[in-house]
Amino acid sequence: MSSETLTPPQVPALDSPWRRLLDSFPVRYILYPVGQMVIFIAGAAGILTLLSVLLALLVPEPRPNIVLMDQIGKQLPGMIISGISIGFVYSMVALGYTLVYGVLKFINFAHSEIFMVGSVIGFEVMQRIEDVGFIQLWHPVALVVTIVGSAMIISGLLAVLIERVAYRPLRNAPRLVPLITAIGISFFLIDFVRAIEAITRNDFNLTYPTGDLSYLRTPIPMTFGETTVNVRITSIIIVLAAVIMLIILNYFVNGTKLGRGIRAVSQDRTTAGLMGINVNLMISITFFVGGALGGAAGALFGLNVGTVTPYVGFIPGLKAFTAAVLGGIGNVTGALLGGLTLGMVESFLNGVLVYFPALGQRYTDIFAFSVLILILIFRPSGLLGERVDEKV
Amino acid sequence: MKISRKLFVLVLVVAMGLMLSATLVNAQDGTVIRIASQSPLSGGQSVVGTAIRNGTELAIMQLAGPLTELGYTVEFVPYDDQATADVGVSNAQLIVNDPAILAVVGHYNSGVAIPSSEVYNDNDLVMVSPANTGVNITDRGYATVNRICGRDDAQGAAGAQFAATLDGVESVYVLHDTTTYGQGVADFFSAEAEAQGLTVLGFEGTEETANFEGIIQPIIALEPDLVYFGGIYDRGGILISQLRTAGYTGVFLGPDGMDSSEFANIAGEAAIGTYYTTTGAPVTVFPEAAQFVEDYTAEFEMDPQPYAAQSYDVTGIIITAITQLIEENGTLPTRAEVAAAVRATTEYQGITGNYTFDDNGDPEMASYYIISVDSSDPALWGSNTILSTQMIPSPLAAMAMMEEMMPEATPGS
Repeated sequence: MSSETLTPPQVPALDSPWRRLLDSFPVRYILYPVGQMVIFIAGAAGILTLLSVLLALLVPEPRPNIVLMDQIGKQLPGMIISGISIGFVYSMVALGYTLVYGVLKFINFAHSEIFMVGSVIGFEVMQRIEDVGFIQLWHPVALVVTIVGSAMIISGLLAVLIERVAYRPLRNAPRLVPLITAIGISFFLIDFVRAIEAITRNDFNLTYPTGDLSYLRTPIPMTFGETTVNVRITSIIIVLAAVIMLIILNYFVNGTKLGRGIRAVSQDRTTAGLMGINVNLMISITFFVGGALGGAAGALFGLNVGTVTPYVGFIPGLKAFTAAVLGGIGNVTGALLGGLTLGMVESFLNGVLVYFPALGQRYTDIFAFSVLILILIFRPSGLLGERVDEKV
Repeated sequence: MKISRKLFVLVLVVAMGLMLSATLVNAQDGTVIRIASQSPLSGGQSVVGTAIRNGTELAIMQLAGPLTELGYTVEFVPYDDQATADVGVSNAQLIVNDPAILAVVGHYNSGVAIPSSEVYNDNDLVMVSPANTGVNITDRGYATVNRICGRDDAQGAAGAQFAATLDGVESVYVLHDTTTYGQGVADFFSAEAEAQGLTVLGFEGTEETANFEGIIQPIIALEPDLVYFGGIYDRGGILISQLRTAGYTGVFLGPDGMDSSEFANIAGEAAIGTYYTTTGAPVTVFPEAAQFVEDYTAEFEMDPQPYAAQSYDVTGIIITAITQLIEENGTLPTRAEVAAAVRATTEYQGITGNYTFDDNGDPEMASYYIISVDSSDPALWGSNTILSTQMIPSPLAAMAMMEEMMPEATPGS
């Protein structure tokens, strides 16, 4: 992690009431990060809307009987909302990549499978609750917290275990070696979960039992001007949960003693050790936090899409890694920005490319990654990253 | 310490090598006949893949009697192609290298069957498919490749003709999963939909497996009367469930890839009222299959999924052909002989119909069904309502029929 974080730079205390307000807890740890997120979302949505309107002016009728401007007008709220919800999922997973990169300077490619384990644990917990019965009697908030919470704890512990088994013995090996064990662990986790589900359920499509929970299935209609968009409750849950977790993460990294320890380890491991910081503990905690965020993202993603498989982690994992690089790997704010940007770009491309007969939605990823390449040509260290001499 | 560790690894490697070679040793005394199956046994499409394996296994247990009487042992070797082309091809390499394997039952995915059958064809090994509907399976004209199900050109067209008959359906939106099968059937659907006067609002391919939210925004904005998904149930179920929560109220139609109780399991309430076309009807349609259902349920402790009974018939065709060859020649036939004998199958009376192969390996007559989903309960999948049944001849059979009907009516040619 770089020193640049979600928190405003600390200025020597000037004893003015304005300064005291800026330094007060709610402003520093709640208002400031939330404001940042709102600015990112509004900025990304604004720029993309502008670009699509520009496109609509250049190509008013890409296909007969299709007026691009009208279609964009109809889809805009839906595109923004789906962009935000998938964007937050990418962000939460990207944080796992970025935190680990921050302390160990290597890419934990097994993280996409920690996401997958989170989504499977979420399913398992919900299915167990359903099996016991009375799932309808659970308070909705309690239910979501139980599902996401258990996914967080188990994924976090799994990440710690992976670090202990696969990365710690190789900490002084060349950087490429743990990269390979990470890929190995990733395959292992996929097949392990696959085997478990094959033995216990004989099924690989794990469908969250939301059948009896009408509050999860009934969307909320929201009207924006002339268009009405059905916003899914699960999208709202993703956004709320992500915002809460990011606030806690920001406070944890910047406002607590443990967080300071992690930052110290990320700056210079040896010196931090000499200063009496338990480096191994700090690394384990970092893995736990990253894994827990990935697991939470997995369970929220599972709730949102409805069905998960042992293979579900690959694409979101790849996209989240991209988001982390886009934002500047090692930078916490960058992961957030990268995830939201990528989610939004994807959602807009999906919505607009469909009207161009020669292109279509299958080119979404190509365009999204072209944007990434362009950004990296001009800013090799990512949107918010700093130049680091050695990268994986 | 260091040496002992190396020694340990060495011993381990040698032990694993021995184990591997032990499994590769064939009972090569000339009395073992193996029949392989290839279908996805793991992954999102395993429910139907497992049914193909089980149907084959049951057929070998029940129908191998004539071969056993002749002094041969029939063994079953199931392979898992994971619905992935490269896994299918590497399994195919293993299969052709086992000389005791005389035939393959499979696959489920046309995109896996096509490259794998290239390997079988190079080695004269016959493949009979219970479920591959892609046109290129048989249109390559290979002597070794056969199927007993219908074709996607007819299936896609039947779907579009059905869509045109529905009240209030004037526009369609076509989405496919970019696989050989999904894109193929979607192409035929959309061509016929246009011919029927329907407006095709969009034709999109996507490799997305879980989060369709971004993809469905244009669908919601275009307000089509019908959405057609060319693909398999594991994605189709998620797609319709997300479409419904996003407020889509129109019709949903899919090809035989939707035909699995898993579709209802995944889509839940959203499955109710959707339609699919298929070439393999629910087993309840066939009066001769009642015994099969009973035996299958007793043996595997689950209801037969679509294509289980068809796999049973495919295996029956293979066993009949091999038995005939052995009775004629008295020796174990070669693979090429088996392939020729399977292709020559005429009027095989199976539990799901009467099968005769044409020169390309298509069944001369195939049935196409349009079915509506009535319940979100996977256990009730078998009792979905069949709205219509059509018998459509294969292209070669249709041509032969035309010639028969009007022998001198071709003055131009």
